[in-house]
Amino acid sequence: MHQPHAEPRRSIYYAYQVHKPWLPSDHPPQTRKRVVVVGAGPIGLFTALELARLGVPCVLLESELQVSEGSRAIVFTRRSMEILQQVGVDRAITASGLPWRFGNSFYRNQRVYRMEAPHDPDDRFFPMINLQQQYLEQYLIEAVQAQPLIDLRWGNRVTRIEHNDGCARVEVDTPEGPYHLESDWLVAADGARSGLRAMMDLKLEGASYEGRFVIADIRIDLPLPTERLAFFDPVWNPGNTILMHREPHGIWRVDYQLPADETPEQALAPDSLKARIDAQLAMIGHGGTPWEMDWCSVYSARALTLPGYVHGRVLFTGDAAHMLPIFGVRGANTGWQDAQGLAWRLAFVVKGVAPPSLLHSYSSERVAAAWEIIDEAGKSTRFMTPPTRGFRLLRDAVLSLSLSQPFVGPLYHWRTSRPHEYTDSPLNSPGDDNALFTAGPGHGAPPQNVRLGPDEYLLDHLGGGFDLLVFTDRNIPDALRQVVAEARSGGVPLRVVAVGAAAPVPGADLALADGDGRVRQRYGVRAAGAAYLLRPDQHVCARWMNLDADRLRSALRTALGRGTADIAVKKGA
Amino acid sequence: MSASAVLSVPGLEQVYDALATAIDTAGPEKSELFLVKLALLNAQALGDAALFQAHVDAALKDL
Repeated sequence: MHQPHAEPRRSIYYAYQVHKPWLPSDHPPQTRKRVVVVGAGPIGLFTALELARLGVPCVLLESELQVSEGSRAIVFTRRSMEILQQVGVDRAITASGLPWRFGNSFYRNQRVYRMEAPHDPDDRFFPMINLQQQYLEQYLIEAVQAQPLIDLRWGNRVTRIEHNDGCARVEVDTPEGPYHLESDWLVAADGARSGLRAMMDLKLEGASYEGRFVIADIRIDLPLPTERLAFFDPVWNPGNTILMHREPHGIWRVDYQLPADETPEQALAPDSLKARIDAQLAMIGHGGTPWEMDWCSVYSARALTLPGYVHGRVLFTGDAAHMLPIFGVRGANTGWQDAQGLAWRLAFVVKGVAPPSLLHSYSSERVAAAWEIIDEAGKSTRFMTPPTRGFRLLRDAVLSLSLSQPFVGPLYHWRTSRPHEYTDSPLNSPGDDNALFTAGPGHGAPPQNVRLGPDEYLLDHLGGGFDLLVFTDRNIPDALRQVVAEARSGGVPLRVVAVGAAAPVPGADLALADGDGRVRQRYGVRAAGAAYLLRPDQHVCARWMNLDADRLRSALRTALGRGTADIAVKKGA
Repeated sequence: MSASAVLSVPGLEQVYDALATAIDTAGPEKSELFLVKLALLNAQALGDAALFQAHVDAALKDL
């Protein structure tokens, strides 16, 4: 019998709420579900919300009765905020988080490199924002509770899974014992230690690194701005690296590498933690400042992925699908990109708008993204925790040179999480004019945001279905309207946005004036009649210098995974 | 492996002496670190990663 921890977790800044477990005896016998999502962490919660927005109900199973223990993921990227905006939690995060864009690397008490992340006036969100994971999950849970299509079940732990070509069946343990749940599809969003991955005996590929880090949250009043601080080879921890991040509520995150011969238990002993944190504070000139521990843990740098994320009726997403080094904030930030790519496809498959094979492109796009991240993260990790004598010599030579030679500075910059471009996606339209554009987001790229006015940006208007941006102030031609109507009658949500139109445009659902031509400029549009087609995850799948009905029809077919041979976009085909 | 300008014999002799003296100055503990720093500085001045790789390959021969 599953007995989740029923006391509120201890924290000096966050008031945990313990939710009531969902018990089978309180409910009628379970009918077969369309979708079951396992894991109500940041990725599972988002997946459920995105499915619901597209009209697909789900059961969301969570083993625990409360949100994340400790702050865990604390840095969220601009693209993550754009994704979270889609489910309406961005304003709560903006209101409580700490935005930032500078990173500093120190060696021998000298700042040897300063990273400046660009902040374009066309962006609504900062490059990064810091917030403890408990708050982020809380905001997502509040959105879930307001969404009648999501059946969130606390204290429900999946203990067994069977699946075949048409169905997934899980045994779910609860505080009063187990019950069974059948579904057409099952989403595994159960995190880095995924029980489902273990039960299905799926093996991750990639590398584990030697380096292990202590991660500690302390409450302390430090007169420092919200910027990332990295200290290399400090006097109190020779050869190792220390990271510091400011969090809301007077909390600072301190990460430091364990000496090679130390166990996690030794490293987390209160005396060891106190001595090292005191030494770090002394080194940065704040020795003796009072502080209090909130939470601490040990993590190791790993760079692993499943070779495929679709296993019959079971779909892996987030850390359940891959484990990525946190240097470069790649955990949750990668997971939301996964979940965004998965949710629309799954919703379309469930509703019969697209064939199940559409899900294969979810796997191919996101597995490729994971390998890109693993490759980039490997470079960062080799600098942070050199794996061999040669790498250590080079790292030390760079540290030493950086005191007088700025050209080595960029070697300090570990590349941070960025949105991936699905350049080779099978959903990109082969017959469009992608190659003719000299600017703007290309095939598979995430969208470019554009400021339209005070507190109004282009991305505020996009998402929840396909978006067709047509750069015109004239009536949408009948032939195009016919294609749009065909798609809609086949169940495809598709919105037509006229850009560069001061007045409403017949045939368009929305007209944006674009008085200063900013959208046209950022999208590389030089003449009226050009158009962009964005998928429901806002990535570009086609763009034309001059849109015509046949090519729009063909692009929609390709983007729905129907290939180019199939003619009609037909419900249930 | 080619370069537009080559060292004259007196120039080569000067480099020979400077490098030997600097290795002695760095001492046995730090001479490796010194040589790696020097290699990175020279690579930056070279401005050519492929040419640097050719130098690496040549230096790895007959060790």
